[in-house]
Amino acid sequence: MDYIKAFLLAGVALVAAMGANWAQDPAYQLHAVLILVIALCMFVWVIRNAGEPRADKPVPTGYDDGVIRAGVIATAFWGIAGFLVGTFIAFQLAFPALNFDWAQPYTNFGRLRPIHTSAVIFAFGGNGLIATSFYVVQRTGATRLWGGNLAWLVFWGYQLFIVLAATGYLLGSTQSKEYAEPEWYVDIWLTIVWLAYLAVFLGTIFKRRERHIYVANWFYLAFIITVAMLHVINNLSIPVSIWGSKSVQVFAGVQDAMTQWWYGHNAVGFFLTAGFLGMMYYFVPKQAGRPVYSYKLSIIHFWALIFLYIWAGPHHLHYTALPDWASTLGMVFSIILWMPSWGGMINGLMTLQGAWDKLRTDPILRMFVLSLGFYGMSTFEGPMMSIRAVNSLSHYTDWTIGHVHSGALGWNGMITFACLYFLTPRLWGRDKMYSMSAINWHFWLATIGIVLYAASMWVTGIMEGLMWREVDDQGFLVNSFADTVAAKFPMYVVRGLGGVMFLAGAVIMVWNMWMTIRGPKAARAGATGTTPTVAAE
Amino acid sequence: MDTYSFLRELADSWFLLAMFCFFLGAVLFLFRPGSRKMHEDASQIPLRDNLDPDAPRLDCVGNCPDCFKRTS
Repeated sequence: MDYIKAFLLAGVALVAAMGANWAQDPAYQLHAVLILVIALCMFVWVIRNAGEPRADKPVPTGYDDGVIRAGVIATAFWGIAGFLVGTFIAFQLAFPALNFDWAQPYTNFGRLRPIHTSAVIFAFGGNGLIATSFYVVQRTGATRLWGGNLAWLVFWGYQLFIVLAATGYLLGSTQSKEYAEPEWYVDIWLTIVWLAYLAVFLGTIFKRRERHIYVANWFYLAFIITVAMLHVINNLSIPVSIWGSKSVQVFAGVQDAMTQWWYGHNAVGFFLTAGFLGMMYYFVPKQAGRPVYSYKLSIIHFWALIFLYIWAGPHHLHYTALPDWASTLGMVFSIILWMPSWGGMINGLMTLQGAWDKLRTDPILRMFVLSLGFYGMSTFEGPMMSIRAVNSLSHYTDWTIGHVHSGALGWNGMITFACLYFLTPRLWGRDKMYSMSAINWHFWLATIGIVLYAASMWVTGIMEGLMWREVDDQGFLVNSFADTVAAKFPMYVVRGLGGVMFLAGAVIMVWNMWMTIRGPKAARAGATGTTPTVAAE
Repeated sequence: MDTYSFLRELADSWFLLAMFCFFLGAVLFLFRPGSRKMHEDASQIPLRDNLDPDAPRLDCVGNCPDCFKRTS
């Protein structure tokens, strides 16, 4: 077995070395060298351990929490990285001089922006989803993670995907599809990692010991399967050469645009919504100490969301070459989608019925509630913006950016922070977070940051939309594009400050997590460095 | 008929109907008699903290698939 491994790794290293030699662009070359180094290190490690008698490892017991601990740390790390880049590019828009001449072309807005979006969505959100899904599926199935080290392959493989994607953007490797920028070989790698993720998750569900598959797992599973489908179809492309990163899309023109926004909107629907609803349906009842308000409603929520979301994509392409019927379809389904979204929000909020007093004392529960509030707000705003008449004002303006961020910072960000605060003490066997008042600081900094962000983007977006369409009595446009840019400056500064506050809150969280993890361990019988099986309560 | 027109027609007729019926069926199935007990049990799953993932199946505290059938 060791020799097969060594042989395969040597093969990977050889191909990577050939790639490094014949690379047609710097991104491909860097990635080839990176893979060469990783393969060689693993090769040496396998060779050094080949044929050694395996120390009798004890059969692992308890829940498999090692990979979740790694995931929690990765989530916090990539969160800081993503928020930092986001804040920087926000100030780049306000002060273009921050596109430093000496660092061109690597640090211009165009290359840093996909690093920001990928870092926050896929690195921060994705790691949070993988970690929490592994936690939830074990607890709600009362069984250990299936697949042994396969979960570690998912974790490290996913980190490699993030590094390949981010360094690729810096070096100008992109297929120019929003939220799907990585080029073909990175896409293929992600597909492999994602299928491994699906295998671990499904395997754990199959060997569960609860009769019923808890609804949170339905949402997680829908997220994993749908993202796999979206990712593969949207990234259908033919590489120009296997020694270069450039590829050509299989679809062209309006078909390509429709495929892209079918992907793009369902990345929102299934990555940023279904997956995070999985978190919501486990962690909110857990933190409130009460079962979900209505289990029936949660199942209706699931089916309605699954059936409706997939059709909403065309609302990104109003007034384009897309046929009217398709754009109307997207609009209608987006509006219907409002109902299951609010059903889910009400279900989450009403879970606190009889436990509302906990909001006064429990900052983590407060974060969950705030995230549900933002979920409700952005799922109201979204359907409204998908209406053609509203879209004619809002599209291409910063209103869209504000909408995305009230959802992403408010809903995804806050619920992930709350989950990190929930998980950190439990995973490291502590009683609670190091500092409760620091969680309060984080809560308020993040909340005010989001409010500044969303409010400034509403103002500037609507102003921009109105300026673009303003005509004088002769029918000529009144404003040039540069006029709108100049008028937006104060709002851009406010938005940047909102970002600084959100980032500051996240830095406080990381400090708090650090102090919790590094702090003295609470006395606990039988905690001899092994995985605490039940660290809850 | 070219593929586009065929799929387009299928999508907004029979397939739409089939998916709508599936959705209605899923919702109606939810309200079947006897589902309340099961849903109440399922909603308690996250709150069960005393489960031991290593316990042999027969000793599990009435929560594994086999036990459930026996106790209900």
